Amino acid sequence: MLRIQIITIAVNILFILYISRLIVKGKLREEYAIVWIICTVFLLLFSFWTDGLELLRRLTGVVVAANLVFTGFIFAILVYLLHLSVVASKLYNDNKKLAQEIALLKEEFKKHLEEKK
Amino acid sequence: MPGKVLIVIPCYNEEASLPTLLPELLSTALPDGYQLEALIVNDCSKDNTSAVAKKHKATVIDLPVNLGIGGAVQTGILYARENDFDMAIQLDGDGQHPPKELLKLINHHIETGANVVIGSRFLEKKGFQSSFARRMGIKYFHWVNRLMTGAQIYDSTSGFRLFDRKAIKLASVSYPDEYPEPESLVVFSKAGLKVAEVPVIMAERQGGQSSIRHFGSLYYCFKVSLAMFFSFIRKP
Repeated sequence: MLRIQIITIAVNILFILYISRLIVKGKLREEYAIVWIICTVFLLLFSFWTDGLELLRRLTGVVVAANLVFTGFIFAILVYLLHLSVVASKLYNDNKKLAQEIALLKEEFKKHLEEKK
Repeated sequence: MPGKVLIVIPCYNEEASLPTLLPELLSTALPDGYQLEALIVNDCSKDNTSAVAKKHKATVIDLPVNLGIGGAVQTGILYARENDFDMAIQLDGDGQHPPKELLKLINHHIETGANVVIGSRFLEKKGFQSSFARRMGIKYFHWVNRLMTGAQIYDSTSGFRLFDRKAIKLASVSYPDEYPEPESLVVFSKAGLKVAEVPVIMAERQGGQSSIRHFGSLYYCFKVSLAMFFSFIRKP
């Protein structure tokens, strides 16, 4: 086994352990963890199976295998960023609705208190 | 037909202008049978806006987080819907919109039955006319709006506007957040509401600063154009 393989495999395992820890502690929701787990599984797969990358390279017609890895990962990251923007937009809308409801309720509540006096 | 009128005043740090605005507003004589309530939507002001408004007998809604002009106006619209108002009139808190002018909006609504009535500075070219760059921007939005809705609205960025029950119902569900004025016109027109414009006389702001300045204006034009386009192609 090559030294670089051992390093990537070790880093990968640490990464998976860290993700698991975040989920267990309730700091990361499972739906967001899925993407990260899939990514690490891919990395792990190709760390063990070095011929696999060469095979994919030939299948896609890319000249240098590293470029295939970069292109694939950059694309995945872009998609994931877009997904995060969608999540942020949804949170913004939910937050706005909550703020409006709270403000209206507070006003109504004050009115009730004054009527009681 | 008598009715309840809500004046929605979105406020961010307006303690300086409210003491003149509110008494003037509350003493405005409406047509027979109409009642007026002033609602200050305090968008997380850092000054005493909320206390000053309460002292002058306005209803005050304090937003727990800063929502921006669109979210603040929509809160007022929601209040109007829940408390069964017949119309809601948005009026800026900085003194740009003299309260006596709101009669023109109400009368136009009564006469024509338009769902949304916009107070326009440009129909009669009286009063404060804004700077040249701003007028150009407003002219641009006039054309974008005309292209998309076919309606002739000259002052589409005006925040002085009346919503009737139908418009209140629609805006309480969908109202843009940032720079909502031109975009909301597309939303209203697409929903089949009648949008009309009536000449009013505006003043220069008494205090505070415009939210649109410097490079912000380029961003404003771009963002609003984009938002108008997407509102235009969105299914109602």
